Amino acid sequence: MSGAKLTSDPYNLIIAGVGGQGNVLASRILGQMLLRKGLVVTIGESFGANQRGGSVSSHIRISSESTYSPLVPYHAAHAVIGLEATETFRILSEYGNPEVKVICNTRPIHSVYVISGECKYPKTEKIRSWMEELSAQCWFLDATDEAMKLGSPVYGNIILIGAMAAIGELPLDREAFKAVLSETMAPDKMEVNLKAFDLGSSMIRTGGLA
Amino acid sequence: MANFIEGETGTRMLLVGNEAIARGALEAGISVAAAYPGTPATEIIENLTKAAKAHHLYVEWSSNEKVAMEVAAAASYAGLRSLTAMKQCGLNVTADFLVHLCLSGTRGGMVVIPCDDPGAVASINEEESRVFARLAEIPLLEPSDAQEAKDMIPYALELSEEIHNVVMVRSVTRLSHTSGTVILGEIPRADPKAQFKCSGPPLDPEDGLIMPMPVVSKHEMQQRKLEQALVRFEKSPFNTYVGPHAPQLLIVTSSVCYLYSKEAVQRLGVQDRVGILKLGTTFPLPPRLMEKHLGLSDRILVVEETLPLMENNLKALAMDLAPKTGIKIFHGKADGALPKVGELNVDMVARAIAKVLGKEDRSAAFDSYRKRAQQIAAEGAPARPLTFCPGCPHRASLWSIRLVLEMDNRNGFVCGDIGCYAMDLFGSGFGATKTIHAMGSGTGLASGFGKLAAFGMTQPVLSVCGDSTFFHAVMPALVNAIHNKSNITVVVLDNSGTAMTGFQPHPGLKVDAVGNEVPAVDIAAVCAAMGARVEMCDPFDPVKTQKTLLDLLDEDDGVKVLILKQICALSPEKKSKKAYDLRVEESICIGEACGCNRLCTRIFRCPGLIWDEDRGKARIDEALCVGCGFCASICPRGAIERKERS
Repeated sequence: MSGAKLTSDPYNLIIAGVGGQGNVLASRILGQMLLRKGLVVTIGESFGANQRGGSVSSHIRISSESTYSPLVPYHAAHAVIGLEATETFRILSEYGNPEVKVICNTRPIHSVYVISGECKYPKTEKIRSWMEELSAQCWFLDATDEAMKLGSPVYGNIILIGAMAAIGELPLDREAFKAVLSETMAPDKMEVNLKAFDLGSSMIRTGGLA
Repeated sequence: MANFIEGETGTRMLLVGNEAIARGALEAGISVAAAYPGTPATEIIENLTKAAKAHHLYVEWSSNEKVAMEVAAAASYAGLRSLTAMKQCGLNVTADFLVHLCLSGTRGGMVVIPCDDPGAVASINEEESRVFARLAEIPLLEPSDAQEAKDMIPYALELSEEIHNVVMVRSVTRLSHTSGTVILGEIPRADPKAQFKCSGPPLDPEDGLIMPMPVVSKHEMQQRKLEQALVRFEKSPFNTYVGPHAPQLLIVTSSVCYLYSKEAVQRLGVQDRVGILKLGTTFPLPPRLMEKHLGLSDRILVVEETLPLMENNLKALAMDLAPKTGIKIFHGKADGALPKVGELNVDMVARAIAKVLGKEDRSAAFDSYRKRAQQIAAEGAPARPLTFCPGCPHRASLWSIRLVLEMDNRNGFVCGDIGCYAMDLFGSGFGATKTIHAMGSGTGLASGFGKLAAFGMTQPVLSVCGDSTFFHAVMPALVNAIHNKSNITVVVLDNSGTAMTGFQPHPGLKVDAVGNEVPAVDIAAVCAAMGARVEMCDPFDPVKTQKTLLDLLDEDDGVKVLILKQICALSPEKKSKKAYDLRVEESICIGEACGCNRLCTRIFRCPGLIWDEDRGKARIDEALCVGCGFCASICPRGAIERKERS
């Protein structure tokens, strides 16, 4: 099997988030889109008890030739999609490197220790400067806020997928998204999801603004 | 969507490991599948429930793993192909039946699929199912990726039919929960008929009695079956070798460790020096295949997770083969090249290979980045422990239990059990729960604690269990406690489903695995019939719950059962349906000045209720709050207002 040419083979993409954010569905949509390009995709996911507000990550390994192990080796991620900013730092501390590209949702999810005051959630300016320091390039998107304008926070992940497509690192396009969508979603959800995808793509072109 | 059920022969699909196993079962023409849910095995059966109608399967969620294995075995005895799957702890539950089943033998193909959890990603132990294959003396297969996970199921069922015994296919979390590219095979159109033949001579394997006796001769037959399996294993397509003809180092590996090994060898660029023998059939080890490979290399590294089972088996075999192959040098667990605990990854295997070859790994390459990133993560990524979901009835129940134990003031405690409520033990819980072990052990332990008054123990003893756990293993412990007049309070946290694994039905519900209407077994009626005093409350009514529980603790005679019934916040019926709109009235919440010590956010800690640092007040997080309304009852000033939604 030989699929589309990749910038790196394997290309390692990690989605970092919190249980309940829809990490698994996002990774499967991306995986299905890449499968359509003839690529061999392996997705390692940490779920199980993790629906209960813990850290969750999906490791997507993309190759034109062979199956790779379910976890990205340390410091070998090419890109990280951060559904939550502080979870993105946790992932970068293990899998990041100076070349990594990051697309990050700005909406914080406070852990119970933040809620109780035992830990502090970092200020927005700090988050931005750290993310810039730890990545070759990063984009901040108000994905959840924009998604809520579309009717539900769940569209935030689709906005981020649209953004991932727009940075041009992987052969992800609107047609493939549409095709996967028509197989996974109810027809009445099609329009709003496409809208979210396009919004994500345009946010990259406008530097993170909706 | 073209899914794993409808996907046509030859189609390339992205399947999760457990989906691939379910597809393999369909391609093998399975008729019956039964299991009790448990991460990471749950989705095998869950996926088969979706295929049940179209492919004429009987699929059930059984009350526990032992019963599930018995249900699957019955199908085998009647000539049908069957499977049962479980998490590693579930295999313990089956053990008594399994060790007899493998003596009595099987008829229709039967496969048992334990899913292990090295590193305990979703478990409270990391035990080894592979040990059971040895204990039960049955063949063991270990797939390394989703494609093999699918392909091994028909292979295992054929083998089972050939040797007339159950075959084990062992998965791990990183396989069961990993999506991989799979090419689908054909699903046969067969219409197998069930009949239990039992009128021939008693020892006739096809028409006799199903029993382990006469034990010694059956045991001998069981061992012959293993030898018969070896004939297949010697030429199994699941055992492959990649590498130079006579490698400087031979890696022997199985399961997902094969992918780690392959990637590690590639990263180190030692493909011309290191060969990888990947075994799909790991017990018993095929001696002729091993002889061939041991003969070509003097140095062996065995790569497997947790215990050195393959390593030890291989060493024993290498001793027998030594006159032909010479003495080998082994690396693995015994020499410390790899750890005996936790899961492995590419980096650990690369380090082990590099050490054996006396080579540098690249691990130092990102030292300065790693240091800085870890520094930032320590400051910028607040710890995120697992916690009860917003609107979780367990948070409300355990909140009341903790308050009542404090009011009671006799140092009472809770014996915990397996379910989401176990999170009470962690940092994000309330800490009333003090023990946790196996399914049902909470009430068993409580039964024992409740008899210690004779030795001066005065603490009130409680146990908690979920509704599914109640049917799985609590009932025998409860019977014991009642019969022996143990002085305890058993709290059943009934959230109307097997919630932790994704809301599978259980015997207390009116619906079965495939959605048919079935009789529900009523927990309150069962407990009352056993002879316990039974009370029932809605945990979202804290006043009644606390009053009832205090009353039960005051009664110090025998077993009391309190059923706290409220449906799980994640249940399909409840999800995205808010009962209340919540808001914090800022003029009433006076923050740190209140004297409540921020009870709502510092102690109660629902993720839907957060502390607004800038305003110094509590606030509802609209994206997370599910509108259960419970928090309105905990604010001493009544600042949290709830309004019923129409």
